[in-house]
Amino acid sequence: MIMLNGQRADLHAGETVVAVLAHLGLDGDARGVAVAVDGEVVPRDAWASFALGEDARVEVLTAMQGG
Amino acid sequence: MADPLSLPMDRVTSDAVPAPNGAVQAQDVLTIAGKSMHSRLLLGTGGFPSLELLAEAIAASGCELVTVALRRIDPSPTHPRGSLLDVLATAGVQLLPNTAGCHTARDAVLTARLAREAFATDWVKLEVIGDEDTLLPDAPELLRAAEELVDEGFVVLPYTTDDPVLARRLADIGCAAVMPLGSPIGSGMGIRNQYNIALIREAVDVPVVLDAGIGTASDAALAMELGCDAVMAASAIARAQDPVAMASAMRAAVEAGRLAHGAGRIPRRLYATASTPAQGLPDFSG
Repeated sequence: MIMLNGQRADLHAGETVVAVLAHLGLDGDARGVAVAVDGEVVPRDAWASFALGEDARVEVLTAMQGG
Repeated sequence: MADPLSLPMDRVTSDAVPAPNGAVQAQDVLTIAGKSMHSRLLLGTGGFPSLELLAEAIAASGCELVTVALRRIDPSPTHPRGSLLDVLATAGVQLLPNTAGCHTARDAVLTARLAREAFATDWVKLEVIGDEDTLLPDAPELLRAAEELVDEGFVVLPYTTDDPVLARRLADIGCAAVMPLGSPIGSGMGIRNQYNIALIREAVDVPVVLDAGIGTASDAALAMELGCDAVMAASAIARAQDPVAMASAMRAAVEAGRLAHGAGRIPRRLYATASTPAQGLPDFSG
């Protein structure tokens, strides 16, 4: 089961980060966005090639107002 | 210890020079990690009721460096992605991503790395919180995270306590500035320990940015009079009844405090010292 931002997502092992972004309605070069999988940064240039493992925990983050 | 507002001038490092019109001269720049800024006011973007008010407050404050946080993306159309970044890009300010909400060095380091990916900057305002009620920094975790991030090439600006020893340790590690608190985040309690802030200014060779606790303009002026190189304000502006007016007030206060620090205040005395000479005083006795 793939967890995306703390919730179950209709994604499967083997899918790439680009697929995750598409799932969120984002294109593959979304600016202002960062992705972590299982507690590690997935660099932007690896988004197209990085494949999710079983039970991957994916975090997709962006800017928010904050002190 | 001596009155921190009356430090002997040879122990005060200031290049603030009043121009003939009274404004701080253009060459009085704040330099952090090689970046020169004319504004000595940093702005936190949190707490503004709207992006429009944030944009107006940025303009009124004159700030050139603003903090942003990193949070889970909300794909719903009510949160148009990038709108905050658009506002900040239009304002022409540099982003200072923070690690707010992190409680361990590990989380803070990961957040900094993600911020570098998202915003293409290696600057980070490092926050590692050790207590939920006071939001005070966790010193051991903060040092650990700072060391790791400096090693990875980040420009690290740590949010720290008002402990001069910890500030020196952070500077020794290679932090680009130190950001001691005046009082807890969002408390508006001002600078609780002026002596420590003055000691921190003497203890480190990197810029000192007074962070957290600023309640109103006089707090910001006091920070600058104590020798701080800059002031960061977030809640004090964003949650003021009129954030844009308060942004203007903070800008003026930071400039006034900077000038006053360079000017060197008179010592405090218990008794009066006449400002009009007694010489030439007429004798009206009959």
